[in-house]
Amino acid sequence: MADEKKEKKSQKKQKKIRALIVTKSVRGRAQGGDNSATSIVFLGVLWLSLFLAFAFLVTLIVTTLIDGATRLDGTLITEFPASRPERAGARPAILGSMMVIGFTALFTLPLGIAAGVHLEEFSDRNKWYNRIVELNVQNLAAVPSIVYGLLTLGALTALGVENKNIVAGGAMALSLLILPVIIIVTREALRSVPEEIRQGSLALGATPLQTLFRSTLPSAVPGIATGSILALSRALGEAAPLLILGALVFVSFDPNGLLSGYTTLPIQIFNWTGRPQEEFHTLAASASIVLLGLLLAMNAIAIVIRNRYQKRW
Amino acid sequence: MSTLTTEGGPVQPGRPSALSRQSPRYGERATYMLFRVAAWLTVFVTAGIIIAFAIPSAEFFAQVPVLDFLLGDRWAPRFADASFGVLPLVSATGWTTVIALSVAVPFGLGAAIFLSEYAHPRARKVLKPVLEVLAGIPTVVYGYFALTFVQTTVFREWLQLDTDAFSVLAAGIVMGVMIIPTIASISEDAMSAVPQAMRQGSAALGANRMQTTLRVVFPAALSGIIAAVVLGISRAVGETMIVAIAAGQQARIVANPLELGQTMTGFIANAALGDSRVGSLEYDTLYAVGLLLFLLTLIINWISIAFVRRFREVY
Amino acid sequence: MSVITTTNVDVYYGKFRAVTGVTLDFNENEITALIGPSGCGKSTLLRSLNRMNDLVDGAYVTGSITFNGEDIYGPDVDAIEVRRRIGMVFQKPNPFPKSIYDNIAYGPRVIGMKPSNMDDLVEEALTRAALWDEVKDKLKQSAFGLSGGQQQRLCIARTIAVKPDVILMDEPCSALDPIATMRIEDLMVELKKDYTIIIVTHNMQQAARVADRTAFFTALPDETTGNRTGVLVEYDTTTKIFEDPSDQRTEDYISGRFG
Repeated sequence: MADEKKEKKSQKKQKKIRALIVTKSVRGRAQGGDNSATSIVFLGVLWLSLFLAFAFLVTLIVTTLIDGATRLDGTLITEFPASRPERAGARPAILGSMMVIGFTALFTLPLGIAAGVHLEEFSDRNKWYNRIVELNVQNLAAVPSIVYGLLTLGALTALGVENKNIVAGGAMALSLLILPVIIIVTREALRSVPEEIRQGSLALGATPLQTLFRSTLPSAVPGIATGSILALSRALGEAAPLLILGALVFVSFDPNGLLSGYTTLPIQIFNWTGRPQEEFHTLAASASIVLLGLLLAMNAIAIVIRNRYQKRW
Repeated sequence: MSTLTTEGGPVQPGRPSALSRQSPRYGERATYMLFRVAAWLTVFVTAGIIIAFAIPSAEFFAQVPVLDFLLGDRWAPRFADASFGVLPLVSATGWTTVIALSVAVPFGLGAAIFLSEYAHPRARKVLKPVLEVLAGIPTVVYGYFALTFVQTTVFREWLQLDTDAFSVLAAGIVMGVMIIPTIASISEDAMSAVPQAMRQGSAALGANRMQTTLRVVFPAALSGIIAAVVLGISRAVGETMIVAIAAGQQARIVANPLELGQTMTGFIANAALGDSRVGSLEYDTLYAVGLLLFLLTLIINWISIAFVRRFREVY
Repeated sequence: MSVITTTNVDVYYGKFRAVTGVTLDFNENEITALIGPSGCGKSTLLRSLNRMNDLVDGAYVTGSITFNGEDIYGPDVDAIEVRRRIGMVFQKPNPFPKSIYDNIAYGPRVIGMKPSNMDDLVEEALTRAALWDEVKDKLKQSAFGLSGGQQQRLCIARTIAVKPDVILMDEPCSALDPIATMRIEDLMVELKKDYTIIIVTHNMQQAARVADRTAFFTALPDETTGNRTGVLVEYDTTTKIFEDPSDQRTEDYISGRFG
């Protein structure tokens, strides 16, 4: 019955849309075809906006490359930060970024995928509390990253952690930040698995969980993997929440565990950008290139997974 | 799918049945429970945010009247004669957001219309992922670009503008560039979702492509497009690193976009660098500003969700 | 001897009653066809026979459906066990995105069958579904590479592999061409030696060709709400239904005057 109502509603809308098409386009007929002057100007404007959008971004990348090329050397990767720019490197920042992202993945992937599975496969959407959980996830996805920094700061304070600049704190902030994204990505990937696959499995006497683990989830893995890698690459580029947790410190050692102090590449870039000397700006650009390279690699992996395992249903 | 979890009650004693459950499958119940707990954890995160912000904010507002905070025009939390009027921070956030949107909306929508209505499908298949990769450039890199290239090289050296080392204009423009891919990508999705039949219907009545685009496709996709713009606003308001690097660190009412200014996020990032003791007024101030920011983005997001709902209903 | 018996069965989707008052016996080692116009509830009834309808929000059944004398909606009955014993083949072929071999082995694996040799079980199922000769050299290839008709036979083989007693088929040939349809029909006749088959079909010639018994359904306005609901009009041997129906509505439908 609900369906009937919906159908009526959509029929009404269809009518409206049709009316819109008739009135609006008939009125426009006198103005000529695709080769009229206005049409060409319009297309030109569109072209220009796409062109300029890309031009902006190309400029950004090119200027960064030009600025940073001179210091894109071994020292940058192997050395520790130093007060003399020519000897400074981003080694602990690179290692710190990798470690924080590794733990972020470890914390957030199981949780996010499990939550996504619950919301998409097993929760009864007619129950008000399940709708609240759904709405809540949508809202969390739009919360600015800096708020997660403040949340983690407050949580660590409440737990009595004195030194908040530890790998565990950074990974926690970033996990909270991308958890909603992982949930949403998981749900979308599961939703794209056709219902017939589930029914086929259940009709053979598989339990709902067997259906999930042997059929639905494996089919959704490429989508989940692609989305998760993109979310983790967002976390890799984040600086604001870590800044709040005091990651902007002089780190002259390699991070070695959850309780170790650390810094990350984006924080190191921010640090060098804020120095007055031109040489540090160059270093910031060089480190940016390293960061962009890492991100590009992650994106490439995501795209390869998407193209390779994309299912034609 | 929802009834799946409820179909198996515990095994009841009585007549053994050919169709009864072969084993109690306790593991299944535990697994369902784990899934459920994971989903509910997100509610705890929200509750955590509320508690983490409410307590310091309550302490803050015990000392600073709410109206002084919201309407005061002097922000000097660390001075001897401290003043906690948030309007200077709001003015800088307002400027950067407006500037960012006036860059991102026209360019983002232009690019989206082109990709959805004019580009060859193959070109779209290449350009859209490229656009999405560009959306993933870290904001510190944008911040560096805003400071060193836009502000220093373009504004000061090339254009000889009367501006300091920082400006809300440079931060805002670059933030706009950062948001272009977001707006373009989501609006493109909305316009691509408009059924082909509508375009054909319009074309059959003699409308050209531009008329079809502007009078049929664009209005039909409008709620999706508005949702994209609203999401852009929310990103601009919450963006931290670009403004922390390029907009400056002085909190004052911004009258001219070439001036420097400190946004709400810029203040939080900057204040966190200092060593504010837990429980001090300075620490609480972070959370008061954070709460304002959180509520603002929450409201913006609700508007966006409302628009998306409408957009989904159409087809 | 009847394997499945429905007694006064109503099927509801929430408040909407899709099927009303169906009493039927499905006999062992026979093919029973359910026919009737669209919306007469025949697919709904079929899906309630192995509790696939449980998966639809708000769906429930009143009356009784027994399988070998046991109520399949009884309190200590496990829907999963029901589905294992009463298999189902769907309208659109729905192989899993796995290899041909793994499609067949899926069922035995999930229900915990421990065959001494899985390869033999796979071969047997494929042979019985008349697919073995076509696929024996490409067992490791994706099932998506098969034609529509082959995919549907694969789905039948997959169902046979878990050794059910009854196979439900929901318009299994509606997505297939005539030649593929013919092969599935031959297969059904072959399979009824060992299985009880219940098939929903829109194609009356198909019912006439394969079914031993035929049940004709139609949709009537509900006496209280006025909503249309599916009712059983006539159930008899296929010959009787097609040559000498006792209800005028059956005759109208069979002769193409209605529906």
